[in-house]
Amino acid sequence: MAKSSREIKRRIASITSTQQITRAMEMVAAAKLRRAQQMVPSTRPYFESLHTSLGILLEAAQQRDVEVPWLSSAGDSHCLIVFTSDRGLAGGYNAAVIRRAEAFLEEHPTAQVVVVGRKARDHLSRKGVTFLAEFVNLGDSPSPRQAWDIAQVVMDFYLHGLFDRISVLYSKFINTVTHEVTLRTVMPIEAGDELVQRGRESGFAADYIYEPSLDVVLESVIPLYFQAAVYESLIEAKASELGARMVAMRNATDNAGELIRELNLSYHRARQAQITKEIAEIVGGADALES
Amino acid sequence: MATLQLRVLTQERTVVSKEVEYVKLPGKDGSFGIMSGHAPLMAPLEMGIVEFGPREGKKRKVALGGGFVEMRDNQLTVLARTAELDEEIDVLRAREAKERAERRLAESRDEIDYHRARLALQRALLRLKVAEPER
Repeated sequence: MAKSSREIKRRIASITSTQQITRAMEMVAAAKLRRAQQMVPSTRPYFESLHTSLGILLEAAQQRDVEVPWLSSAGDSHCLIVFTSDRGLAGGYNAAVIRRAEAFLEEHPTAQVVVVGRKARDHLSRKGVTFLAEFVNLGDSPSPRQAWDIAQVVMDFYLHGLFDRISVLYSKFINTVTHEVTLRTVMPIEAGDELVQRGRESGFAADYIYEPSLDVVLESVIPLYFQAAVYESLIEAKASELGARMVAMRNATDNAGELIRELNLSYHRARQAQITKEIAEIVGGADALES
Repeated sequence: MATLQLRVLTQERTVVSKEVEYVKLPGKDGSFGIMSGHAPLMAPLEMGIVEFGPREGKKRKVALGGGFVEMRDNQLTVLARTAELDEEIDVLRAREAKERAERRLAESRDEIDYHRARLALQRALLRLKVAEPER
């Protein structure tokens, strides 16, 4: 503990500059999160309309005994899409998702894996997991275009019969401090799903003209639905990441503040001790001269 | 003239929300028009031009990157992969994109590059067609 005051001063300076960085990172994350949250309401009309339409379509298919391959899954081979961030410094955000992914892979060792974000890629590949596809460097504002890129690749494999089920694994944004690791089956669409329910309740299914045919319309909507699910996962994951980073950086800033306070105290103590020592020496010296 | 409520939605925003008399849409087998009171309908849409406005007279256009249309209760909803209203399109940028795509098309060796360049060219041409007033 008995460090020289100069050494302590140097540490204070170093921690202060770290604190400045963490504070800046907190503010950047907060600003980005605010922007991400502002985006959410403007996506809602699209999703609601799409989901209602799909519900009506599925109900119509049931009524007319049209076979819908995306409603039933014969096999049990999985595809897992894992959403993490590219950068760390976000507390336990990535670790929580990756842990869940590992648990899933233990349960389904033959599952195909698609990774989004560098963290999942680096971590899982170290564990010897191979990927069907990887998407990294997606930036801080997810776009529908990115979701299309991911959705198209996965959908192609799905339509070629590489797997029967597609699940997404991401962190769902509840609020800034709370995120929930969420595993959701996107394909096949579960028959008891609320989508079908909504379509059935609307009672419109029989009235529609499906142009050119119900089959073709369904076939065109399924990719839209799947892409929307990917986009939603991207947005939720990003909002959770930014929230987690904000909290992590705030904690780091607070800790740095605490540390600086303690160091300041020991700095003053060390300085005082030195002054006292010097005075004692001077007094001692004067005494020696007088006697 | 009776109108219908037209909405063109992308995942990011509402591009059009308007009472119109007439809408023309790029369907799988060519374009088709819809007016007020049309029966409930669902159909996939191709990349192309959505036209809307009064039945006679000047129409507005949207460059549509494919999607899906639903008509119900006199409400026409277009779910678009991408959509841009004529006045929003930056003609200069679209021209540059067109030239870039043409260059790539000429240079591309493998199939994927070629395919990509062709799609980019299609998009650029569509945007130019929507943005530039007819002569």
